[in-house]
Amino acid sequence: MSSKTLYDKIWDAHLVTQRDDGTALIYIDRHLIHEVTSPQAFEGLRLAGRKPWRADANFATPDHNIPTTAAERRAGIDGILDPISKIQVTTLDDNCNEFGILEMNMNDIRQGIVHVVGPEQGATLPGMTIVCGDSHTSTHGALGALAHGIGTSEVEHVLATQCLMAKKAKNMLVRVDGELPHGVTAKDIVLAIIGKIGTAGGTGYTIEFGGDAIMALSIEGRMTVCNMAIEAGARAGLIAVDQSTIDYIKGRPFAPKGELWDRAVEAWLGLRSDKDALFDKVVELNAAEIEPQVTWGTSPEMVVSVNGSIPDPAQEQDLSRRESILQALKYMGLKGGSAIKEIKLDTIFIGSCTNSRIEDLRAAAKVVEGKKVAETIELAMVVPGSGLVKKQAEEEGLDKIFIDAGLEWREPGCSMCLAMNADQLGDGKHCASTSNRNFEGRQGFGGRTHLVSPAMAAAAAIHGHFVDVREL
Amino acid sequence: MKKFSTEKGIVLPLNRANVDTDFIIPKQFLKSIKRTGFGPNLFDEHRYLDKGEPDADNSVRPLNKEFVMNQPRYAGASVLLARENFGCGSSREHAPWALDDYGFRAILAPSFADIFFNNCFKNGLLPIVLDKAVIDDLFVEVEATEGYQLEIDLDAQVVRKPTGEEIPFEVDQFRKHCLLNGLDDIGLTLEDSAAITAFETTWRTKSPWYFTLSN
Ligand code: SF4
Repeated sequence: MSSKTLYDKIWDAHLVTQRDDGTALIYIDRHLIHEVTSPQAFEGLRLAGRKPWRADANFATPDHNIPTTAAERRAGIDGILDPISKIQVTTLDDNCNEFGILEMNMNDIRQGIVHVVGPEQGATLPGMTIVCGDSHTSTHGALGALAHGIGTSEVEHVLATQCLMAKKAKNMLVRVDGELPHGVTAKDIVLAIIGKIGTAGGTGYTIEFGGDAIMALSIEGRMTVCNMAIEAGARAGLIAVDQSTIDYIKGRPFAPKGELWDRAVEAWLGLRSDKDALFDKVVELNAAEIEPQVTWGTSPEMVVSVNGSIPDPAQEQDLSRRESILQALKYMGLKGGSAIKEIKLDTIFIGSCTNSRIEDLRAAAKVVEGKKVAETIELAMVVPGSGLVKKQAEEEGLDKIFIDAGLEWREPGCSMCLAMNADQLGDGKHCASTSNRNFEGRQGFGGRTHLVSPAMAAAAAIHGHFVDVREL
Repeated sequence: MKKFSTEKGIVLPLNRANVDTDFIIPKQFLKSIKRTGFGPNLFDEHRYLDKGEPDADNSVRPLNKEFVMNQPRYAGASVLLARENFGCGSSREHAPWALDDYGFRAILAPSFADIFFNNCFKNGLLPIVLDKAVIDDLFVEVEATEGYQLEIDLDAQVVRKPTGEEIPFEVDQFRKHCLLNGLDDIGLTLEDSAAITAFETTWRTKSPWYFTLSN
C-alpha cells in the first residue's frame, strides 16, 4: 500500500504499538485542557500517585464557564459570581500549578476558547496529533493536524501516558469544488455538508475536506469547517497543508523558528493525501449551488437555505423522520411549511469556537456598520474568541461599530454557545447564533437556536428576522 | 474500572432518535468536579418540569409524568433501549457517568455516536449495537409487556429475551476483555512504557518542532 490519505500519514507516523485486533497506541503531541472535563482526570492522577508523562505537551485555558462581562472579569476569579463555576476555574489553576502545566488563565490576554487559542499561539501545528476533552477539537484539523475530542477518562490516560488507545477510523473525502457565491461562507459550506450527509453521516470516519472551494478558504474559514466535522458525526476533520497554512503559522509564539522552521515547513508541505489515495467514501458538493444556510430544528442537519421553508411533516414519508420533525417543530414553536424569513428573532449571538475569530467579527461588523439593531431584538452580543482577537478587533475599531449599532461587546469565552455561565438564552426565545449546536436547551433552558454564519447573524440583528445577506 | 459480566434488568424504552449529550445531562451539571452524583439529573430537561440546578433538591421537583422514565413500571431499569445515533454531541463523560449513576449497565441501539460509545466502555457501561429491525421489535415487546426484562451476557455475547431467545451481538474483543476483568486502561498502557519512550525519542529527533512548548 503505497498511496496514503493525509489521515493515514499522520496516523502511521504516530503509531506506537498495535494489537492484533487493531487496537493501537497512538502518541499524542498536544493535549489541550479546559476547566470542565479535566478536574476528574487530575483527581484520578493524584489518587493513583501518577505524574503527567510529559507536562510540556499540555496547554490549558479556562473558557466554558467564565463570565464575559467586563465588571465580573475585572475582579479576577473572585469576581465570578457563580460559586460552582468559580470552584471549577480555581481547580484548573491549582491543577496546572501542581502538575507544571502551561496555562493562560482567566485574565491573561492570551486566554480564550481553547480551539481559538491553540492555533493562535502556534500550539497547533501541522502533522500533530491533538486531543482535548472537548468534541470541537476537530477545529485544529484545519491546519493539517489529526485532532479530535476525548472523554475525561482519556484525558487522564493522555496525561499519564502521552498516548491514546484507539482504533483507526475509515477515510471519507468531502470535496467541495467550484466558486463560492459572494456572501456565502465557510459556515454555509459546512452546514450544507451536514444537511447532505446528516449528523451521523460521518460516524466512524475521519473526514478530509478538499476541493478548490475548501482550499480557497482562509485558515480561519477552514477552522469553521473542521469545527463542525463532529456535527456530521466524524470525530476528526482535516485539510491538507498548503502555503496558506504555512503563512498562518509563521511567527506565532510557539511555532518553530530559524533553521527548525525551514525543516518543519519542508516536512509539513508533504502533508496531503496522495493523488491516488483511496477513500472509503467520497461526497461531492458544488460550491456554486450553496446558499446562506439557516437551521430550523434541534439538530444541525435540520437546515435549509435562507430562502427556503421549514419542512412540512405531512409531506415526510419516513415515519421516524416525520416524528423527529414533529418533535423539533414542537420544541421550536414553529409551523411546518412556513418561510425561514418569517421566524421572529429575540436574541443574536456572535461567538463560539466556530465563528469568533477576527475574520468572523470583521464580516459581522461590515454588515452592522452605521445601522441599528432592530427594536424587537432583546439582546445582541458579540463574544470574541480570545483576548487577542478582542484586542485586534478593538485596534480595528470593530468594538465601536458593534456598540454603536446596539450590540454588546463582551470578554472572551464560550458564553452562550453552551450557556454554562450567566449568558443564557431565555425560555422560548429564538436566537440567530454563529455557534455549532442547536440541540434542545443547548443555549439555555427552552431556548431556540438557529445556526447561521456571522454575516447572517449580523443581518438578522438589524432586521429582526433572517434576510439573505447576498441581497444587502 | 467496574467489571461487567451479566446483567439482567428492567428495560426502559427511549423512543427518540439522535438523543444528544445535552439531553442526557444538561450543561449546568458539568460544573461539578466529581465523577458521581449525576444520576438524579439524568435526562433532566425531560424528566422534570422545571429547570434543574446543580444544588437543587431533586426529590421535591415537579416530575414530567409524560416522560417515559417517570412511569412506575420502568422504575429501577438497568437496560436502556434507544434509537439511532444515541449520545451524539459533546465529549462530556458526564453522560455515561449520569447513566451509570442512575443504574444503567447496558444500552441497546441501532447506532451510537463515536465519542460517547468510547466513553461508555471506560465506565463499565456496555453499549450494544443491534439491527434496526431487532430494535424495532424490542420496542414493541417492551412497551407491550409490563416488567419486561432482558439479560445481557457479555461473555456469551448475547442478549437473552424473557422467552429464552438469544440475540447475538458484536463487541470489540479487547474491550470485552477489559470489561470482563475490570481492567484499567492506564495501567495496561503503562506496561508498554518502554515502547512509548522509544517512540518518543525517535519522534523527537525526527520532528523536534513538536516539542517546543515551554512556559
Ligand atoms: S465555544 Fe461552544 S462548542 Fe466551542 S468549546 Fe466552547 S462550548 Fe464547546
